Amino acid sequence: MSDPALMVGFGSSDDAAVYRVNETTALISTVDFFPPVVDDPYQFGQIAAANALSDVWAMGGAPRLAMNLLTFPRCLDLQVVQAILAGGQSKVTEAGAVIAGGHSIEDQEPKYGLCVMGFAHPEEILTNSGAQVGDVLILTKPLGTGILSTAAKAGLLTPEEHRQMVDIMTTLNRWAYEAMMPLKPNACTDITGFGLLGHVRELADGSGVTAELWADRVPVAPKALELAREGIIPGGAYNNMGYLKGAVLLDEGIPLERSDVLYDPQTAGGLLIAVPEDRAAALLDRLRDRGVSGAAVGCVRPRGEAAVRVRRHG
Amino acid sequence: MNQIDARGYSCPEPVLMTKNALKKGLPLQVLVDSMTPVQNITRFATNAGYQVDCKSVGEDYELTITK
Repeated sequence: MSDPALMVGFGSSDDAAVYRVNETTALISTVDFFPPVVDDPYQFGQIAAANALSDVWAMGGAPRLAMNLLTFPRCLDLQVVQAILAGGQSKVTEAGAVIAGGHSIEDQEPKYGLCVMGFAHPEEILTNSGAQVGDVLILTKPLGTGILSTAAKAGLLTPEEHRQMVDIMTTLNRWAYEAMMPLKPNACTDITGFGLLGHVRELADGSGVTAELWADRVPVAPKALELAREGIIPGGAYNNMGYLKGAVLLDEGIPLERSDVLYDPQTAGGLLIAVPEDRAAALLDRLRDRGVSGAAVGCVRPRGEAAVRVRRHG
Repeated sequence: MNQIDARGYSCPEPVLMTKNALKKGLPLQVLVDSMTPVQNITRFATNAGYQVDCKSVGEDYELTITK
C-alpha cells in the first residue's frame, strides 16, 4: 500500500512521518514515550515532552497539536501523575503547541510521552537524506546525557551536575530550529537513542555520503568523560557500538572515553544540522543569539568506505 | 580469593560493587551476567591501573582483576 501524498514514511529511518496536505502544507506526525529517566516527575514530564516535540523541529516543522500518552501503576500517587502531565504541559506550551487530549492505561511502570503533529511548507521539509558534500555538521546540544542518567541512578552526581543534565534534556530544540530555518540547511535530524554516531550514520546513508566527525570538537556535558573512564556507561551505548560495527571508522589515538560518548544514547538530544559551509558561521551566530550551544562537529565528504569516519582532531 | 557475584544487577551497580570490593584486596574475581558490566568494569579497572582478564563461564562472565 502506498499513498503519493506520503512524503516521508518508514523507508528512510527519519524522525517523523510527513504527509502532503496540499501545495503549501505538509503534516508532520510523530510519537514517542518512555519510562522515567529522572526521579522528579515534573522534570520527567518536561524531558519526555521535549523529546517527543523534537522530531517535528528536526523535520523543519513547527509543532501545533499534541496528545498525551501515559501508563501508570494503580499504586502511583495521583499527585505524581499530575506532576508528570504538568511537566509535559509546560513544554508543549513553550513549544507554541496545545495538548488536545490523550490516553492513559494501567501498567506496571509509569511511562509518558506524546503524539505530536506539526506543519511545514512541503518544500521546507528537512529530511536526513539531503546532506551535500562540503556541508558542515552542526550539533546543538552537548552529548553525555545517557552516561549522566546512569550515574544519577546511583546518586553519583552533585546537585549542580544533576541540574546541568536536566537542563540539557529539557531545553527545546525550538530555538535551534528557529535559528536554522532562514539559512535553508540541506538536512537535519535529532540525536536520541542511537547516539550521535547512530544518527549521523542514518544521515550519511540516507544522503549517500560519508560524514566526517571531529572527536575533539564534539561538546560533552561536564563530568560525562570522567564517568565514562570510570565505566559508568549505559548498556545502550554498547548496543549502539555493536550495531554500528563496520559503519563507523574510528581513527587511531581517539581516547576511549571520547568514542564512548559518541555512542552514548541521548534523551531529548540536540539537532544535527547539515548546512553549506558558507552559511555555517551565520548559523553558529544565530544559535548563539538564541542561547543555543551550537558547535561545528564535522563535515560531509564524498562517500568512502564507511558511512562515518571519526577523526581525532577537527 | 576475594570474590563477588554481581549477576542480576544493572549498571552502574556492578562497577560500584567492584570498586568497593577492590578495597578488600587482590586478586578480585567478579561474576557478571552480560557484556555491559564486563566492558564497564574493564574500563574502570584499566583506567585505575589494574589488569583485567575475562572468561566466559556458561552464560556468565568471570573477570579476574590483578595489579
